[in-house]
Amino acid sequence: MSDVIRLRPPLSDADVVGLKVGDRVSITGVLYGARDAAHKKMVDLLDQGKPLPVELRGHILYYVGPTPAPPGRPIGSAGPTTSLRMDAYAPRMYEYGVKATIGKGNRSPAVIDSLVKNQAVYLIAVGGLGATLAQRIKSAKVIAYPELGTEALWEFQVEDFPAIVANDARGRDVFKEGQDVWAKKLAVA
Amino acid sequence: MSFTTGSDPEVECVRVISVDRVRETVRDLYKEACVVINPELKAAFAKAAKEEPSPQGREILTMLVDNAELAQRENLPMCQDTGIAVVFLEMGEEVRFDKPGLLDAINQGVREAWKEQYLRASLAKDPLRRGNTGDNTPAIVHLDLVPGDHLKIVVGAKGTGAENMSKTKIMSPSAGVEGAKQFLLETVKAAGPNACPPLVLGMGVGGNFEEVTLLAKKALYRPLGTANPDPYYANLEKEWLAAVNRLGVGPQGLGGGTTALALHIEAKPCHIGALPVAVNIDCHAHRHKEAIL
Repeated sequence: MSDVIRLRPPLSDADVVGLKVGDRVSITGVLYGARDAAHKKMVDLLDQGKPLPVELRGHILYYVGPTPAPPGRPIGSAGPTTSLRMDAYAPRMYEYGVKATIGKGNRSPAVIDSLVKNQAVYLIAVGGLGATLAQRIKSAKVIAYPELGTEALWEFQVEDFPAIVANDARGRDVFKEGQDVWAKKLAVA
Repeated sequence: MSFTTGSDPEVECVRVISVDRVRETVRDLYKEACVVINPELKAAFAKAAKEEPSPQGREILTMLVDNAELAQRENLPMCQDTGIAVVFLEMGEEVRFDKPGLLDAINQGVREAWKEQYLRASLAKDPLRRGNTGDNTPAIVHLDLVPGDHLKIVVGAKGTGAENMSKTKIMSPSAGVEGAKQFLLETVKAAGPNACPPLVLGMGVGGNFEEVTLLAKKALYRPLGTANPDPYYANLEKEWLAAVNRLGVGPQGLGGGTTALALHIEAKPCHIGALPVAVNIDCHAHRHKEAIL
């Protein structure tokens, strides 16, 4: 396993361009949580030339809809959701200045192109590790769209939040590369 | 059906089950299903973690075991997508309820589980206008009438990552067994990392447009790794699972030999002019529990 690269948002182009497919990263600081409904609202604002509820340039968007916080906890279970549903919005968000997104699963060719064009990355957290990843979230608050419930825009303070670089700013794809290697190995086994 | 024998037949040949007991059972099953991993699933993770050829794959499988243990210890849902409530009732024909309101009781059970266990309300109020129903109801309820006096309740908490990658197709009979196999492999390959592998696969073959998908979901909720009682299908389950695991998708789609933990197939007669197939994918959380009243 490669050494873990520590990231502290907001990220600069220099933080991002050095990252390559398969790198392990650990994030400390702020993550903004948003999924389908909050993305739709934010992209509508950008299309109208209006400001977003919070400055997201240089920041990391985490595709998540957490479970409600039980008493005494900052958040409930909070693992990544499937990123492909945000593919419709992601190029717009990267163009605006978001430097990284975190989700699970693969991205469309349009998103991968957008990463190259905008010098940004797509990270994955392990899907289904909702209880584990919640331990890395030290505080959570809804900063916009409370009416959307779990789909609101969230601000999380995280410590050592683990992720893997799935698509880098050079157009590589961790899933395609990994699956091709293993499909070949398993075919001859 | 009840049959008249003796002086007060209506009570003699029926078994009365309390609607409140159904509500409590649904509630308790969901509270447990979303937090406590099924032991056979945990054993399957551990076995896969030993056999997985990819080091990264082994690492991920170990994380899943750790996450399940943490969820149980901390009383937290193992995954934040606590799913749509799918309830299968297998009802003996001799069963009657003590009062009306069976469906209301099931939905109330879901409502209570979601509130008491801090599960996520994941139901859009309307597919096009969206919104949220707020309490994860209504549940999707399926009823099968069978001989006997029991009520079997199977609850599933179905997340959408895997549901979104599930597929159905009505093929021509000429596609045959090879066509059905290819459909399965294409579906799993296309699902790739998005359905949260290692997967559990439920496959329906036969029936018609609506029945084949229901067969696939029923197959999914068979106890993990149990074989179809028909040796022909039991053999296909084994062969096709091995073929799925040669695709190379691996844990989280990052490459490896553990793409699926189990494949269950359910078959039914179908029209002479059709070969319906459906693959219902479940993620590795595979939350379902059952009780017999």
